Amino acid sequence: MANYLSLSEEDRKRMLEAIGIASERDLYRDVPEDLYLKEDPNLPSGKSEMEVLRQMKALAAKNHVFATCLRGAGAYRHYIPAIVSEVVGKETFLTAYTPYQAEISQGILQSIFEYQTMICELTGMTVANASVYDGATAAAEAAAMCKDRKRSKVLVSAAVHPDILTVMKTYTWAAGSDLVVVPAKDGKTDLAALRELADEKTAGVLIQQPNYYGLLEDAAEAGEIAHAAGAKYIMSVNPIAAAVLKTPADCGADIAVGEGQPLGMPLSWGGPYLGFMAAGKDMMRKLPGRIVGETTDHEGRKAYVLTLQAREQHIKREKASSNICSNEALCAMTAAVYCAAMGPRGIQNAANSSAAKAHYLAEKLEEIGYKRTYAGEFFHEFVTEAPKGAAAALEALKKADILGGLALDENHILWCATEAVTKEELDLAVNVLEEV
Amino acid sequence: MELIFEKSRPGRSHAYLPACDVPAYAFAKEYLREEAPALPEVSENDLARHYSALERRAFGVNNGFYPLGSCTMKYNPKVNEVTAALPGFTDVHPLQDADTVEGCLEVLDLTKKYLCEITGMDAMTLQPAAGAHGEFTGMMLIKRYHELRGEGEKRVKVIVPDSSHGTNPATGTMNGLQVVSIPSAADGSVDLDALRAAVGEDTAGLMLTNPNTLGIFDKNITEITKIIHEAGGLCYYDGANLNAVMGVVRPGDMGFDCIHLNLHKTFSTPHGGGGPGAGAVGCKEFLANYLPVDCSSAICEIPAESVGKVRSFQGNFLVVVRALTYLLSLGKEGVPASAKTAVLNANYLKALLADTYEMANPGLCMHEFVMTMEKEHKECGVSALDIAKGLLDEGMHAPTIYFPLIVHEALMAEPTETESPETIEAAAETFKKVYRAAMADPEAAHQWPVKAAISRPDEVTAARKPVLRWVKEEA
Amino acid sequence: MNTPKELKYAKTHEWIREEDGLYVLGITDFAQDALGSLVFVNLPEVDDEFEAGDAFCDVESVKAVSDVMTPITGRVVEINEELLDAPELLNEDPYGAWIAKFEGEIEEELMDADEYEEFCENESEE
Repeated sequence: MANYLSLSEEDRKRMLEAIGIASERDLYRDVPEDLYLKEDPNLPSGKSEMEVLRQMKALAAKNHVFATCLRGAGAYRHYIPAIVSEVVGKETFLTAYTPYQAEISQGILQSIFEYQTMICELTGMTVANASVYDGATAAAEAAAMCKDRKRSKVLVSAAVHPDILTVMKTYTWAAGSDLVVVPAKDGKTDLAALRELADEKTAGVLIQQPNYYGLLEDAAEAGEIAHAAGAKYIMSVNPIAAAVLKTPADCGADIAVGEGQPLGMPLSWGGPYLGFMAAGKDMMRKLPGRIVGETTDHEGRKAYVLTLQAREQHIKREKASSNICSNEALCAMTAAVYCAAMGPRGIQNAANSSAAKAHYLAEKLEEIGYKRTYAGEFFHEFVTEAPKGAAAALEALKKADILGGLALDENHILWCATEAVTKEELDLAVNVLEEV
Repeated sequence: MELIFEKSRPGRSHAYLPACDVPAYAFAKEYLREEAPALPEVSENDLARHYSALERRAFGVNNGFYPLGSCTMKYNPKVNEVTAALPGFTDVHPLQDADTVEGCLEVLDLTKKYLCEITGMDAMTLQPAAGAHGEFTGMMLIKRYHELRGEGEKRVKVIVPDSSHGTNPATGTMNGLQVVSIPSAADGSVDLDALRAAVGEDTAGLMLTNPNTLGIFDKNITEITKIIHEAGGLCYYDGANLNAVMGVVRPGDMGFDCIHLNLHKTFSTPHGGGGPGAGAVGCKEFLANYLPVDCSSAICEIPAESVGKVRSFQGNFLVVVRALTYLLSLGKEGVPASAKTAVLNANYLKALLADTYEMANPGLCMHEFVMTMEKEHKECGVSALDIAKGLLDEGMHAPTIYFPLIVHEALMAEPTETESPETIEAAAETFKKVYRAAMADPEAAHQWPVKAAISRPDEVTAARKPVLRWVKEEA
Repeated sequence: MNTPKELKYAKTHEWIREEDGLYVLGITDFAQDALGSLVFVNLPEVDDEFEAGDAFCDVESVKAVSDVMTPITGRVVEINEELLDAPELLNEDPYGAWIAKFEGEIEEELMDADEYEEFCENESEE
């Protein structure tokens, strides 16, 4: 049994004596007898490290890791430089708590400050927080930031990731505010419908760029419509795409959020991921969660601290608009190491390569009858028809150790390509599909 | 120390990606940003050293004693990191077909089963990404319950003791509930008369942690949950302090209807400088249908009764892998042994300190205890903050300070079960040494720490004139 | 403690001055001293309406947020936007750094300077 305790029976006796009690049951004397468990919980017996590792490896082996991944839909297999996991695996980063004691936490605080700067650079926004749980909760928190006494409705495009929509619905249901879905047309947000729906009760408008179907939205125009109605404009963006596309700031966004997983986090069956949030200066004090700021110490040396804490739950209690405290600090550091390793050109290479491969795949698929469903410009994901049915196509790819795109319904597939797949792999996938 | 941006030199980089092997794609100019993001341009060596230097300016459980109350800073086992890095877990896509992720599904099932057994709950979700996120989810179950019984409009108040974690009232607000704060007895336990006076037909529920934030097990717990149930409300257990009682007493047996657990506190997964964590939420059978769906909306429908989803996909899966690894290691003997040792260690440290520090609540405690510097602060100006900063100079992390709010000048210490008696004895000596030094020279104490990377930072200027990102200085 | 004679005071530590038919509100010296260094003022908007006893603004220090209440039922006609960039003015010059001007009716019993000083003394002793 590996229990990580570091005391002997002899120690126990000595300690009980020093405390002045006879037995460990006395430590729990406030626990009523009928509640105190008489037996150990019904779990397996404790195991040695060797046995535990064997069991966990057996579980991992029951999963299949595909050689090639053409599935995205909110989680992307990009190349991750070796230095990324080495840095974030450092013991001290791993085992530290939230940096409350600034004097001995400058390393963590500075890393978050650097991360905030990088998110500002990617989005073009003025301020960023230290992260939230994931892209979907970032969107939900952003919607909550827009609410005020007069406006409580949020408009969300139907072309956002389904989990973003569901999580936002859940959050708004809980808070008792309204969420209205703006329909999509030809795979993109229907801006005419948005214009109809945006009114004096609208607190915020949210669209995703590139959207769930991979298409590029007319983001600047959506922003103009939101602002014309007096609402705030939120863009949920893919951070790799953001390195080459017009930034949320360019498109007039008041808040930029997104799923940071593409920035160096493995797929990991959905998490831990990273929700990033950035905003213009006017909304700085409405950002939820931790924020690191620069200041000086008593000797005038540069120092970093958690700041603007009066926004947070431990001070505002029931007046706080979010209860978030733990965020995804280590994932934020992952993103920062990834961005620093890749550099501006590296990350743009990843973006451009992904887009090039996706366009190559789309073209090759078109040649074998997998016609694109929507005509609009796309980034690294796109939807096609599946002439022989989605299930048959994906099954054939699976046999070739290729995780095909995501079936949207019986006859439509959402494909994705990143820089991590080679031309050879793409050609193989197309050949397999041709045989179906 | 320089920022990574200040080490950046144009053109410096390392090749991580090959040249693109398909024709480049040119987007129309209207889609493209004008300038590349100003990310750092550094060599890999400089980058690696940068983070090594940052690591030296940080403090984790591996660096020394970390008695941060309410945070359960126990040792983070190495084997957990090994299992969480297995490619069979890290390289699977969240939208893979079920028959290709049977191992992942089994990890979820086993973890849920064990956690249900430990807490006395019937069903569980591992989707919430942190404790506060779990609280939010747990209170949603209560809200949903009342709503589906047609009492949603009526039951709008959640009762929270004034000794609670700040997340509790904030969680109530996020759920559109009015927060009713009730006073606690001096030991932080629930004042039964105040509770009886607060309940009524408008009561949605109660949020409580037991042991409470003063480290005291509320012996009236069954009476408390009964009062709420008789008023038609439900009881929510904040599992932040479960480390004191896991395997010893179960929230389900105390009368709680739903709970959250902090896998990053009680179940040994690392805190990562503030996350990622995981906030499992458990409930009794009658609430099970309201749980969020552990499946992406991209591939699953949301059942009508479910609250929906609180996070994309399945949650912080790799954190769950670590927690399961820990549960398998401890097993049925190790779970209660850990709790009992955590309580033993806390009482031992408390006994060693009782001759120097005034305890907010003398006598036995659970896994943590609270000291108060109220008298010293009034008499000679030595504050809890001064003691905390003095401890930093001694190579120790400080306890939690100024919490719970009902104790003035509070120092809240939680040693956890993974510390040896020698570490606790040495820590007690350090606590006393710092106390004596502070009382001997309060003025000097206000300047502590003097050995850390920086001295006390100017938080007022940081908040008045926020500088939240690096900006290149114009040459 | 500085307590100008010409002002009126509320139990929740605001000062009130009548000026051209409007009521000008700020926080007292006692209040700013108790709150410590203020870092942000969350101002109401012009035209916001409040009832006497409502919090119309909050002020933040590093470790706390406190409501500022109004004894007036009425409408905000002007706010002191200077405070947004310089919250420290509330500490440095509490009676010069007004927060908002209201039109409406005072619906709470106010104290004069002597009464307020006595009120603060009693409060400090508690």
